[in-house]
Amino acid sequence: MIIINNVSKEYRTRKGYKTVLKNISFSLKKGEKIGILGRNGAGKSTLIKIISEIEKPTTGTIIRNMSISWPLAFSGGFQGSLTGMDNLKFICRIYGSSIEKIQKYVEDFAELGDYLYEPVKKYSSGMKARLAFALSLSIEFDCYLIDEVIAVGDSRFTEKCRRELFENKKDKALILVSHNMNAIKSYCDKAMVLEDGNLYQFDSIEKALLYHNNQQKII
Amino acid sequence: MTDIFKTSFMRSLKIQIMVLKALILREIITRYGRNNIGFLWLFFEPMSFTLFISLMWFFFKINSLSNLNIIAFVLTGYPMVMMWRNASSRAKGAVSANLALLYHRNIRILDLVYARVFLEMIGASAAQVFVILIFVFFGIIAIPYDSFNMICAWGLMCWFSIGLGLIIFVLSAKYEIFGKMWVTLSFVFMPISGAFFWVDTFPQNIQKLLLFIPPIHGTEMFRHGYFGPSVVTHYDVNYLVLCNVILLFIGLTMVKNNESYILENN
Repeated sequence: MIIINNVSKEYRTRKGYKTVLKNISFSLKKGEKIGILGRNGAGKSTLIKIISEIEKPTTGTIIRNMSISWPLAFSGGFQGSLTGMDNLKFICRIYGSSIEKIQKYVEDFAELGDYLYEPVKKYSSGMKARLAFALSLSIEFDCYLIDEVIAVGDSRFTEKCRRELFENKKDKALILVSHNMNAIKSYCDKAMVLEDGNLYQFDSIEKALLYHNNQQKII
Repeated sequence: MTDIFKTSFMRSLKIQIMVLKALILREIITRYGRNNIGFLWLFFEPMSFTLFISLMWFFFKINSLSNLNIIAFVLTGYPMVMMWRNASSRAKGAVSANLALLYHRNIRILDLVYARVFLEMIGASAAQVFVILIFVFFGIIAIPYDSFNMICAWGLMCWFSIGLGLIIFVLSAKYEIFGKMWVTLSFVFMPISGAFFWVDTFPQNIQKLLLFIPPIHGTEMFRHGYFGPSVVTHYDVNYLVLCNVILLFIGLTMVKNNESYILENN
């Protein structure tokens, strides 16, 4: 269970304080898959960073009773000059996992072939996303935090991810943050909308999508 | 995996060691790569420096100025200064270069700084031991009088560089100008580090002033260990330890107070 209680976040900018998140509260149960929709700059990534403990909230508390993955974003925390394999070994060492086991999983899942032994800076964005996704799924967490990344893969990879998350890992929780409604629709069973730092919750995923859709229109 | 985040002391210690090891291995690959001699550069770099400086002094015949072995004099001064100077300077870019790694909850700002400082230290220490052994083996310099004293002095200066490194790290992360100025500042450190003179050769009132500078104690202590009672050295272990404790305390406090600032502004 993760409980987010009245979390606010302010940043200091040149023109005074800017509130990015305003009194956000929600909870995530075991196995729940939540999608958070929001436009660019709505505060989605900040929320993910706060949940994963990279940044501290200005006010409010977060109770974490599950292990939470690192946020899976485009860059994925890779060092470009290192090979995919070096990055893999590094992750294994930090989380205390067996390198052989993880290597096998990533080889099967990401299908990078020989590119696994090439520097990450040579990867296409799709390959990077595949490696990042495979790596974080290969380490066992109770909850995975995903920032946009799924939208990058091609349809074959998307299908693979979906199967992995819903069949092999159906008891794992997930927070997916995106402005892509299709991704939310296919991966989540609950959706919320983040708008100007406020979080709106809905009782069905359709209502959330509808609300978000109306926000997108240029009046 | 599930209980890795429940942190008893032993668990924390285990994670700490795991993370530092991973960071150091990673730093080695990113810095030296896999080509040619790879990680051997780690101690080849400081070693070749020491060899070069020693040879230079030797060929300038400074040998004839005194009956002291000039190579031994260089070897007991220069590498130690380079060690603590480089180790603490490496802390400078620790976070800006590795920002993406902070995505992993097990990795904290402190780990990034420690990994860099330790790596530099390990390289310089290994090189120093190796060069001394080689020179002793070929009879270029005499066998050290008291190696334990030398190891203690070296260790104390390693400790010194951690404290100094933390302070340099925070100052350069907070004030860009400091990072640029440090290159010059650390150059000023060199001549007053005691590597190129004996404290004893100065008049007494200057000696007193010199002995306010902590690294001089480290150098004098190291030389006392090497040359033994045949030379007169001036140092106070208590003073050096006290300085180290204060530096480390200031460094850790600065990191703690500025952690969120550094995270949000890098």
